[in-house]
Amino acid sequence: MEEIRKNQLTKKETQKRLMKRLRAPHPTVLILLVSLVVLVAAMFLSIGYGAAQLSWRMIVDALISFDSTNTEHLILMDLRIPRVLGAALIGAFLAVAGVIMQALTLNPLASPSIMGVTSGSAFMIAIAFALYPQSNYIQLILWSFAGAALGAGMVFMIGAFTKRGLTPVKLALAGAAVSALLQSLSTMIAIHFNVARDMSFWFAGGLAGVRMESVTAAAVLAGVGLLGAFLLSRSLTILSLGEEMAKGLGLRVGWIKGCSLIIVLLLTGAAVSIAGTVGYVGLIIPHMAKKMMGLDYRFVIPAAALFGAILLVVSDVAARVINAPYETPIGALTSLIGVPFFLYLARKEGRG
Amino acid sequence: MLKHKESFQTVDKSLKRTVSLFLFLLFILLIMCLISLGTGHLSMTPSEVWFTLIGEGTDRNALLLFQFRLPRIFIAILVGVGMGVSGAIFQGVTQNGLADPGIIGIHSGSGFFVVLYLYIISLQNTQLTGDSQFSQISLPFAAFVGGLTAAILIYALAWKKGVNPIRLILVGIGVNAGFSAALLVIQLRMAESDFNRAIVWLSGSIWNSTWSTVWSLLPWILLFLPLAMFKARVLTIMQLGDDMATGLGTSIEKERIYLIVIGVALASASVAAAGGISFLGLLAPHLARRLVGGKYQRLIPITACIGAGLLLFSDTVARTLLAPTEIPVGLLVSVLGAPYFIYLLMTIDD
Repeated sequence: MEEIRKNQLTKKETQKRLMKRLRAPHPTVLILLVSLVVLVAAMFLSIGYGAAQLSWRMIVDALISFDSTNTEHLILMDLRIPRVLGAALIGAFLAVAGVIMQALTLNPLASPSIMGVTSGSAFMIAIAFALYPQSNYIQLILWSFAGAALGAGMVFMIGAFTKRGLTPVKLALAGAAVSALLQSLSTMIAIHFNVARDMSFWFAGGLAGVRMESVTAAAVLAGVGLLGAFLLSRSLTILSLGEEMAKGLGLRVGWIKGCSLIIVLLLTGAAVSIAGTVGYVGLIIPHMAKKMMGLDYRFVIPAAALFGAILLVVSDVAARVINAPYETPIGALTSLIGVPFFLYLARKEGRG
Repeated sequence: MLKHKESFQTVDKSLKRTVSLFLFLLFILLIMCLISLGTGHLSMTPSEVWFTLIGEGTDRNALLLFQFRLPRIFIAILVGVGMGVSGAIFQGVTQNGLADPGIIGIHSGSGFFVVLYLYIISLQNTQLTGDSQFSQISLPFAAFVGGLTAAILIYALAWKKGVNPIRLILVGIGVNAGFSAALLVIQLRMAESDFNRAIVWLSGSIWNSTWSTVWSLLPWILLFLPLAMFKARVLTIMQLGDDMATGLGTSIEKERIYLIVIGVALASASVAAAGGISFLGLLAPHLARRLVGGKYQRLIPITACIGAGLLLFSDTVARTLLAPTEIPVGLLVSVLGAPYFIYLLMTIDD
């Protein structure tokens, strides 16, 4: 009797929640549109800002009719545009990866950088730099995927061997330890094989040397992941309400979890292969997106992608402005933004 | 009566055991020093080391030993003692086996203030070389201020009707990340030579091994290690829990503040000399606890020995493994310590 009543209550609750989410799609669509406009504006700002001043008319000119003998056009096409596209893509990838991880683990602290996935990628890239210095972009991305799997695998293994599983806080601690281990190993490899110079920006995250080839390669592979995330969004909504309920509603939970994990690895690996470890994007943005969009992941995922892209494009401009003419590592900036938020979550979550 | 006598005997026996263990560890440390003196890019046989030490070696060997290897060994030992004992104190104060000054952000707080201090100095006088002795001596003070700031920050942020041990560590990790990021931002504003010096504080390395570093570190260890020993009884009582300790007549909050200051002082002076070496303050006390149990009167001397031995060993490996390139010793210690941290995390109860 008790059980039946409980069941009815939860079902009612779900229905209520589902209704609430589906009731007003207009403001969410509006938010998506506004953030899209903001993103485009930020991207143009980023393209226009730099050591060589480019006029707006010139930018439009170069986009419409590209002239390969014009230096300004070349600066734009070879430096500025890959950079801004790279920033936007990384932000979108990491944010969506964070959303999926939080939905899968039901853990508000889950995100690529905290769970050691990005350090895993950086570790494998260090190995690739050391052993196969001639690797092309595609190969680097593949190494990066393998690394992401390594980092995530290590944390999941720790979770599997821990008594009563990993609480949110323990998961963060395990991720921090795995990151420390992998980062130390990658730095050692970098020093030994004398690739520390090439590697250094990979650890702090930097967009200075982004090439169009690596951006396109990563975009194609991770674009598949992003598409997959959109396709899975309905299932993720139900899964985020709890595994039992998802099973009850006829979802193939194992299959969805497997697919989501592969998507997370694709997205994180691609992001790291472009610009190294940029922390905390995958932590802050999903929380923001969920706050504004409710719990329907069909809206949360696009919103997270847009917000993440905006955050990174703006941070990248800030990274160039703060210490001009030097560049501040973008990873340091996102950390400075993300740490207070992490502390807030830690206080909220840290029951034990 | 008989029972009392028996327990008295066991105490006596374990005390004897601790003393002999302590002497044994000192002996091992001495041997490690001799080995470490001889190994390196230019290696020496033990007999050469001995003759050089008593003043009958070649000039080249004397220069190598007295100006490069000996200060480095002293620094390794002092830093090992400082960080190990500091870790033991933090574990006692927070009643948390996972506490380590490196993980919870004391090190990066100290490092941040040291780099900030160097930056301010370099702004005031462009010629740093004249006062390098002065700045070396003052570095531990800057580090101490930074360490205290970090400690206060962590404690305040983790406070929510009392301090939960695991939340403390989590908040510490956040504070650590924040200071590290701020450090990176400041570094870029510095001149090239200072920049390289600042890099050291990120990964931890006994890189600037001169006698002036030894002299700047030694007073801190000589002052605060006895203080820690003096407070060892309090730490032992604290392990019984706050209520019990209050019942036994210890004013917990006041003692806790004293102990945190001692722990921060030991950790930050070490950071000023060798940078942020994480996990050493975790490993040394745990190994010591395996050997002599949880009584701090015994734990602190053994921890000091083990910490010194561990760091000396790691530093020797770090500078010989890939010679002539050196690995920052902090990386090596992390590779040893992080798996142990994970092991502790898996077995610890909430």
